[in-house]
Amino acid sequence: MAVLDTPAPALALSNEEIRRYSRHLIMPEVGMEGQLRLKAAKVLLVGTGGLGAPLGMYLAAAGVGRIGIVDFDVVDESNLQRQIIHGTKDVGRKKLDSAADTMRDINPNVEIDRYEVTLSSENALDILRPYDIVIDGTDNFPTRYLVNDACVLLKKPNVYGSIFRFEGQASVFAYQGGPCYRCLYPEPPPPGLVPSCAEGGVLGILPGLIGVVQATEAVKLILGSGDPLAGRLLLYDALAMRFRELKLRRNPECPVCGDHPTVLKLIDYQQFCGVPAHPPEAAPQTGEIEPAEVKQKIDRGDDFVLIDVREPHEYQICRIPTSRLIPLGELPKRLNELDPGTEIVAHCKSGMRSAKAVDLLRQSGFRNVRNMKGGILAWSDKVDPRVPKY
Amino acid sequence: MAKILIPTPLRQYVDKKDSVEIAGNTAGEVLASLTSQFPELKRHLYNDEGRLRSFVNVYVNDEDIRYAGRDATPVRESDTVSIVPSVAGGF
Repeated sequence: MAVLDTPAPALALSNEEIRRYSRHLIMPEVGMEGQLRLKAAKVLLVGTGGLGAPLGMYLAAAGVGRIGIVDFDVVDESNLQRQIIHGTKDVGRKKLDSAADTMRDINPNVEIDRYEVTLSSENALDILRPYDIVIDGTDNFPTRYLVNDACVLLKKPNVYGSIFRFEGQASVFAYQGGPCYRCLYPEPPPPGLVPSCAEGGVLGILPGLIGVVQATEAVKLILGSGDPLAGRLLLYDALAMRFRELKLRRNPECPVCGDHPTVLKLIDYQQFCGVPAHPPEAAPQTGEIEPAEVKQKIDRGDDFVLIDVREPHEYQICRIPTSRLIPLGELPKRLNELDPGTEIVAHCKSGMRSAKAVDLLRQSGFRNVRNMKGGILAWSDKVDPRVPKY
Repeated sequence: MAKILIPTPLRQYVDKKDSVEIAGNTAGEVLASLTSQFPELKRHLYNDEGRLRSFVNVYVNDEDIRYAGRDATPVRESDTVSIVPSVAGGF
């Protein structure tokens, strides 16, 4: 069943649109009626990043009449490996502007609403309300739970996709009383336990595939054809090139969509996800050392060991001369390679993993251990700009 | 031996394997055997009270064990057990 009513009779296609949508119009499954449904449809894309890029482009090309896009970010060089809606010329521009330009170039018939905001409990219901379908292309847990709850409260289908490294997930939540994101995962992981794409990396092509699965589902919902990916979780493994499907049931005890819901309005999702609302100012940690001081120690020939706790593939990108690679995961097994009497400085990419290494070393009886503040990124900024940042 | 599929974020705790063959008659037995073989995996699957974490789902074939008997969900030789943690990436 379509999520939309039959389009108002006033809607019609121009001759230009008939030529443009010819390959849809000659298929009985779409035809004039389906194309008019697409034209009457209003879809909201939350995020114009990796998933949002193919979504925005294909939905515009397909002739979805009105597309809202929500993003507050600017295009960064590191986005271009996967966010194909933005080009090299767009680096530094607002993603909303860059995405809207590409979509309008593909199809000038599409009306584009731009929301240059962070989606929040305060604005989400107002932003989502005018749309028929919401597509979640965000990159963090608080926004995913926010989008889910808002969709359940507004009774709008939530076309979900998520990616990590070589794997993706997709589903359609809150479709006609079906299961929601909270039925799949009642609670988010505590911060820091599950790495984000920024920390863990992602194959650039992967969001293309998952985003296109989401776009397909959105178009199917609009046309009212086929079996929607509701009540099913699609898993994709790019390395194995394997799709799997798992059953997804509505949880009668779900706090949002269950039989006796307790979440009746939007909550504080940062708090729900354990993210402090106002992160404390990074207090200078005892046991930290500035990159410049490490440089001085190297230049003076001080007796100390600089250990690099990143992964071997990161060591291949860039390294600090004299550093010794001991990936964090191998450290517990390789403590015997280190002399407890010698001063140790640990570093990683930005200082997070090396802080864990410092804790581990201290717990293992190493007394004279410090963490190089800001990692090799700070080294590049403050000591040697020839070291590339990644 | 049932086949347990390990998702990318957890492979670092199982010697970088994408699947592990484990003997056991129920989901609980299979997971207990898996985490005793790879102790570092345990805190990623279970909370301090020893309950499966609410952002980690376990399926026997395509069935979520929460709806199929939880730890008592039967596992046969030919079954595939999937561990599916939540991921948030999208950018």
